[in-house]
Amino acid sequence: MPVERIEGHLAGRTPEEIEEEVERGVLLTTLDKAVSWARKQSMWPATFGLACCAIELISTGAGRYDLARWGMEVFRGSPRQADLMIVAGRVSQKMAPVLRRIYDQMVEPKWVISMGVCASAGGMFTNYAVVQGVDTIVPVDIYVPGCPPKPEMLMFGILKLQEKVRTTGRIR
Amino acid sequence: MTAGGIGQEMRPGRDRFGDLTPEAVEALRDHVTGEVRQETMIINMGPQHPSTHGVLRLLLELDGETVVHCKPIIGYLHTGIEKNTEYRTWVQGVAYVTRADYLSPFFNELAYCLSVERLLGVEAPPRAQVLRVLLCELNRISSHLVWLATGGLELGAVSVALYGFRERELVLDIFEAVTGLRMNHSFIRPGGVVMDLPPEGPRMIAKLLDELPARIDDYERLLNENPIWLERNVGIGMLSAEEALAWGVTGPLLRAAGVTVDLRKDEPYCGYETYEFDVPVRTEGDCYARYRIRLDEMRESLRIVEQALARLDEPGPVMIEDPKVGWPARLSVGPDGIGNDERYLRHIMEESMESLIHHFKMVTQGVRVPEGEVYTPVESPRGELGYYVVSNNDYRPYRVHIRDPSFVNLQALPTMVEGGLVADAIAAIASVDPVMGGVDR
Amino acid sequence: MTIVVEGDGLIDAIVRLRDQPDLSFGFLASLTATDQLSADPRFWVVYELRSVEHAHRLRVKVGLRADDPRIPSVTSIHPTANWHERETFDLYGIVFDGHPDLERILMPGDWEGHPLRKDEELGGVDTRYHGAFIPPVDERTNP
Repeated sequence: MPVERIEGHLAGRTPEEIEEEVERGVLLTTLDKAVSWARKQSMWPATFGLACCAIELISTGAGRYDLARWGMEVFRGSPRQADLMIVAGRVSQKMAPVLRRIYDQMVEPKWVISMGVCASAGGMFTNYAVVQGVDTIVPVDIYVPGCPPKPEMLMFGILKLQEKVRTTGRIR
Repeated sequence: MTAGGIGQEMRPGRDRFGDLTPEAVEALRDHVTGEVRQETMIINMGPQHPSTHGVLRLLLELDGETVVHCKPIIGYLHTGIEKNTEYRTWVQGVAYVTRADYLSPFFNELAYCLSVERLLGVEAPPRAQVLRVLLCELNRISSHLVWLATGGLELGAVSVALYGFRERELVLDIFEAVTGLRMNHSFIRPGGVVMDLPPEGPRMIAKLLDELPARIDDYERLLNENPIWLERNVGIGMLSAEEALAWGVTGPLLRAAGVTVDLRKDEPYCGYETYEFDVPVRTEGDCYARYRIRLDEMRESLRIVEQALARLDEPGPVMIEDPKVGWPARLSVGPDGIGNDERYLRHIMEESMESLIHHFKMVTQGVRVPEGEVYTPVESPRGELGYYVVSNNDYRPYRVHIRDPSFVNLQALPTMVEGGLVADAIAAIASVDPVMGGVDR
Repeated sequence: MTIVVEGDGLIDAIVRLRDQPDLSFGFLASLTATDQLSADPRFWVVYELRSVEHAHRLRVKVGLRADDPRIPSVTSIHPTANWHERETFDLYGIVFDGHPDLERILMPGDWEGHPLRKDEELGGVDTRYHGAFIPPVDERTNP
C-alpha cells in the first residue's frame, strides 16, 4: 500500500536554512510561552451581554465572584480594545449581523466564549427568532452551558480558556 | 429644556418620516458656496453599547450636543416566546414566560399563573399566595437593586454598581435556597407554588430583613444629597402626567409624575389588600423622583416581606389539592439543585401504581384548561405587566400575549430625551429601567 | 368584560368609551391579536382599556377577515398604540390604516412572513447572518 509522504514546513530547505529556522524556533518557543502567559493573564472582555446571562456575567464581575482576580478587570466598551467576547444570552436573528460585525471589529488574537445554552445551541428557544448556536456565526472556543450558568460555572469556563491560551498559544 | 411633543405631529420643515422637506433643505443652502449646510448629525447608539440597558438601539439626531430627534429601535432580543408557548403545555409555559422580563421572573410567572387559574376557575391555597407575595416582593427588591447598580454604573458611580450587586447576592441566596436557582426559577405554577420554604428559609429571610434597611440607608446617604447625582438627575428626563398616561406609561415613571396608580392597591391580587404598605408618589416627574420612589419602594417591599413572613407560621398546602390541576410531584432542594423528593419517589415507584400513572399523565400531558380568554395585570417593578391568555380547551395555550411594561415605557423615551443633552439621554434611559427581554420577548 | 365591535365603528367606539364620564376609558393597556385559523373572522384584534378614575377594565375585540386584515389605527386617540400596532403588524400582518410609521419592529426589516400566524412554522431556522464565513477548526487564526 503506498505510504503518503506528509511534507513538513522544513522540506526542501538547505541545511543552513534549517539551522537558522531551528535557532529562530527555539527563541520563538520561549517567546511564545511568555506571550501566551501574558495574554491569558489580562484578557479584556468586550461587553456583549444580551439577556439573562448578561446579569450573571455582571454578577461574575461584581464583588462576590470577582473576575478581576484573573485579569479581567475592565470590560471594554469598544470591541477594538478587547480580545475576548463573551456572548451572554440569546442571539436573535436581528442581532446576528451585529454580532458578526463586533467580532470582525475585534483585533487578533481574539477568543469567544459562548455563555449559556441559548448562545451555545439555541437553548429552549428552538424557533424562528433565535440563532441556534452562535458557532454558526463566530468561531467559539469555550461553551459554558447553563440557563443561566452560575458565576462559578462561568469562571470555570474562563479558566479553561486561559489554560487553552497558555498551552496552545503561538505568535506568528 | 422642553420636552418633545406627544403623538406624531409633524414638526415644521419635516415630513411624516422625520426627514427634512425639500423646502427646508433649500433653506439650509449656503448662498455663497451653494452647499447645503448640514445642521444636525445622526448618531447610532447601540445595540452593543455599555450604556444602554441591554440591546437597545437609539438613533439620535444631534444638533451639537442637544438631541433633536430620538428613535428607539428594538427587536434585537426577540425570542419568539409567545409563539413557543403555543407548542408546549401550560406548565412548560411557565419556564418560557419566566425568561421574558428576566430581572423580575416571579412577576412573569405570577401573572401567567393567575391567568391560567382564572381560566380554570380555581384559586391557589392561602399559604401559596403568601409565598407568592413574599417572593414577588423580594424580586422587586432585587430588580430595583439591579436598576440602582446599572443606573449608577452608566452615570459613572461605579461603587454604587458594586454595592448594588453585593446586596442582590443576599437576595439571590434566598432564591437559591428556596427555589434552587438564582434566576429564572419556574417556581410559581398554576395551582400554587411548587415547593414549600426549606427549613432554613425563614431564618435567612429574617436575616435579610435585619441587614438590608441599613444598606438602603447607606445608598441614601451616598446619593441623596450628592451634588453630582443631583446635577445629573434633577430636572432630567421630564415626563408629565398627561404625557405619561397618553404613552401608556405605568409603574415608577407614572408615580413620579404624580399619578397614584399601583395595581397592588387598585386591583389587588394574591391577597395584597390584607397587607399594610404605602405607595410612594412624587410630582416632579424627573429622574431624581424616580430614584427616590424606587428606594422607597424597596423599603415598602421589606415591610410586606416582614408581614408575609409572619403569616408563614401556620403550615398548609402550597399546591392546590385538585388532582386535575395541581402539579403532582413533591420537590425538594438537594445538594445539586432542585429535584424530586425521596419519599415521593418511593411512593410513586414502589407503593402506588395509580399515583405513577397520574404523575406521568400530569407531567407529560398537563392540565386541560377550558375555553376562554383572560387578561391579568400585576404590578411589576417596571409597571403594569399584563398577560392576555386565550385557551381553546386544550392541553396547550392557544395564545399568550405579554403586555410588558418596558415595551410601553420605552415609547415615552423620545418625549423624555428630545431637547436635552446626550448624557441626559443616558440618565433618562437608566431611570426608565427597561429590560430588553421584556421589550422584545 | 368584553365587547365586540365592527371594524368601521372602532374609532367611534374608542372615542365614546373615553369621553363618557362614567366610563372614561382613557388608558389603553394592551393591543394585540389572535389568529383563529379555521374560524371566520380569522383575526381578532383585542384592545384592553382601563379607566384611571374608576379603576375598571374593558376588552374590545374586532374581528377581521383573512383576505383583507385592515383596521383603522387608534394612535390618534391613544398614542401608546403606536408600538403595539407595529408589533401586531409585524407578527400577524394586520394593516392599521392611518398609522404614522407602520413597519416591522421585532423582526429584521427584510424578514418575510408574519411569524405568529397559526399557519407559520415554529422554526429553528438557519441563521440569517448575511454571509459570515466560519473556517474549519484547523484553519482558524486563533492561536
